[in-house]
This record gives sequence, C-alpha cells and structure tokens, in this order.
Amino acid sequence: MTPRILPQALAVAALAVSLWAPPAHAADTLFADLGGMPVIRQTVHDFMANMLADVRIRHTFDNSNLKRVEEMLVEQFCMLSGGPCTYTGDPMKEVHQGLKLTDADFNALVEDLQLAMDKNGIPFRTQNRLLALLAPMQRDTVTR
Amino acid sequence: MKYTIRGAALAVLAMLCAPVMAQMRPMTPAEQEAWTAARQQKAAQAMRQASTAEAAPAPERNDRWMPDLAKLTATGGVIQVEGAGGGGLTPWALITGYGSRDSYGANAHYTYLATQDYTLTSYGVAVGILDRLELSAAKQEFYGSVAPLNDLKITQDIFGIKLKLAGDAVYDQDRWLPQIAAGVMFKRNNGIGGLGAVTSVKQLGAASDAGIDYYLAATKLLLAQSLLLNGTVRLTKANQMGLLGFGGDRGDRYQAMGEFSAAYLVRRDLALGVEYRMKPRNLAADPEKDYYDAFLAWFPSKNLSLTLAYVALGDITVYNPKRQRGVYLSLQAGF
Repeated sequence: MTPRILPQALAVAALAVSLWAPPAHAADTLFADLGGMPVIRQTVHDFMANMLADVRIRHTFDNSNLKRVEEMLVEQFCMLSGGPCTYTGDPMKEVHQGLKLTDADFNALVEDLQLAMDKNGIPFRTQNRLLALLAPMQRDTVTR
Repeated sequence: MKYTIRGAALAVLAMLCAPVMAQMRPMTPAEQEAWTAARQQKAAQAMRQASTAEAAPAPERNDRWMPDLAKLTATGGVIQVEGAGGGGLTPWALITGYGSRDSYGANAHYTYLATQDYTLTSYGVAVGILDRLELSAAKQEFYGSVAPLNDLKITQDIFGIKLKLAGDAVYDQDRWLPQIAAGVMFKRNNGIGGLGAVTSVKQLGAASDAGIDYYLAATKLLLAQSLLLNGTVRLTKANQMGLLGFGGDRGDRYQAMGEFSAAYLVRRDLALGVEYRMKPRNLAADPEKDYYDAFLAWFPSKNLSLTLAYVALGDITVYNPKRQRGVYLSLQAGF
C-alpha cells in the first residue's frame, strides 16, 4: 500500500462504516413497521398458502397440523419483531427433527415468505430486517 | 404395531416432561397454561397419528443430480473481470452460481469494458460445487483503440480456484463471522500483438509473462441493513492484472493489496455498489493506479444477470498519461 492511495482507501472504509449504522432498537419498531398484528396474520396466512402450493416443499407438511403451524408462525414473527406475543411452540430444532430438510427447502420457504410479504405491501428493507432474524434458524432446521 | 407403541410412549413421555421443562425458565402462569395446553394437544395428535398408520414417506427425489438453483436471488454474486465469483473488479468469498451445498451451479460471462483509449473484454466459465469449491477459466483481451496503439492486442488466460473456508454470508445473521474463502488465480500472458518488434511483456520490463495471485476474501451480508460488504487481500505481482506481465524493473516481490466492495440491495433483483482495488507498481513504463468502480447489478432471474458500471482504471502507460475511465458491461448466464 503506497501513501497516495491511503486517503482514498480511508474514504471508502468510512463510507462502508457510515452506511452500516446499526439501528439502536431495531426490534422495537420492526413489529410496527411490518404493520402490526393484522398484517403479520395475513402475511403468515398467504405464506402458508404459498408453501402448500409449492411443489418443492409442500410434502414437508404432510403430517402437520396446518392450523397450529400458522398460529405458531404468527406468534413467532410477532415475538421476533418485538411485538406483544410469546411463542408457545416447541424449539425450532425439535419441530423440524426428522424432516431432513435441505438448504434448498429452507430457501424455498424464504422465497414463499418473500412473496407473501410482497403481497402484503411490506417494503423490501423491512422484509430484510425480518429475514435477518429468521436466517440463523437455518442451523436448527436444516439437518441434511 | 411397533410404531403405535413407540408413538404412544413418546406422547406420554412428552406429557410427563412438559411441566418440568416449563419450569426450566420463568414463565407467567398464563403462558404456562397455554404452553401446557399446546403440549397436550400435540400429544393427543401424536397418539392419533400413531394409531392410524405409518407416516407417508417423503417423495423420493429423482432429481438429485440436477442443479437445484436453490440459493436466493443475487446471493451467488456475479463474475468479476478475472473470471472468479465476486463483484465487478474484485473476487468475493461467495461461490458462484445458485447451487446449494447439496448441488452445483455454473455461469458463463462476457464482459466488455471500454475507456477513452482502450477496450478490455473478458469471457469465461465458472463452476460452483457444493457451495464450497469454485473453479473458473477466463480469457482477457486488451485492445488499443487510438493510434499509434490501434492495433495493440494483449491476451491473457486465467484459471481460478476458490475454496470456502468458514461462515455463511447469508445465514449467519446473528454472528459477526463473515463468509471466508481462499483463492488462487493462475495467469498466463499470451504476448503482445500489433506493437511491431515488441511481442512480449518482458520487453516492456516485466520479470515474467506468467504469475499466480493468492487471495483471501471475506464477505458479509448485513441483511437487516440490506447491505453487502466484502474485503479481499491479494498477494500479487501482476501489472494491470497481468496484462502487462508480472513483476518488473521496479520490483519483483509479492505485495499485499486490499480490495473493497460495498453493495446496497435496492430490490431483491437489484444491487447498487462501489468497489476499490489497490494495485502494485512494478513497471517504470506503467504508472499503475488503483482501480475503482460504481456498479448496478440486475438479476432478472436466477439464470441471468446484467452488471453496468462506471470504472476508473487510471493510467496504463507513461506513453499515454491519461486517466482511463469508462463503462463496464457484463452479461452472465447460468444456474
């Protein structure tokens, strides 16, 4: 590295850092930004419909209580986004045990959720904030 | 029959364990009640299922050798100017293509870069295997477009290999660890055409017409910020990526060069970013400058991407001390 490029390099680094200013309490407002409970409910409803119509992953619901899955997803999204809910379902690892899910299954689910969020008018950046909270679940749900 | 017994036993076990597990962390009475109710409901369901029939087996996947196109749109990146998966100018830690860790992907690219006085094209193929290993082959062709260099043509072959070492740029949203990959680029300069008696980069002062670049790349997707960051350190002797050879009259040692990229995800299919790539200065005849660019990458589908950029390549030779700037257009097709 020669001295002449140092200022430019620093400028680029500064830009990168300033672009990434973590919001202090992202979770506090995400629930509201998503549109609160009505939007979360409708989004999850559409999300379920998308997954059940998705040939890639619909078979993974063969033995599921669909009504309960939907309820638990609503609770989970609500709680994760900082809403006034408690997730009463089982740990993700336990729920997905034996399903032998792949990364392809996980990502198919993400795409179905993205379409549901699109349909319910959730802005792209807000979608990504929710997905950022869900993404680490790949480690507990993908077992194959 | 065996299943029925096991199912019933599990259900009973679950019911017995429920209160104990519930006490492991503090819960309000209302929560506990809801939780226990859900437990009982689930146990009852398990009993019913166990008593009816064996669970239907998941459909056999007969397409397991087909590419799965399973990565999320844009998370395979694009192909950079030397043929590796990355941004426009710098290699990233991402493995090219849309194959998940159970599959594979591949891409073909054609890149056209035109400045005031020169044109650079690059084309090639890259394969991503198990989202772990990337193999790439690319050819670069560099042309002069203004007299007296209007017949100039320099070509270079680049073979790349990249191995993902740690982390996952997409899933690890709760960790600081980026996706890290190490890569090597084997480069061979095929000589100079259209410059009379000068037919080799060695005649311009280069120490060699072949060289190897080693790099370590770290890529992090900050999904909550819709931002992708990449930092790459490259050990290199290459002059203008190798188009003017390797090492030279001013130095023939490996030097570490930093390369940085930041991209903002505007939409699921659109990324807007900047890149900066440092370069060595080994040739007296080439006052080599760092490269930088601003790009817009569009992903209309997982089979196609189009990258448009404004690039600044700096001076290429002392005989034409003009900062070269221009457009970069890259088309990529694959799976």
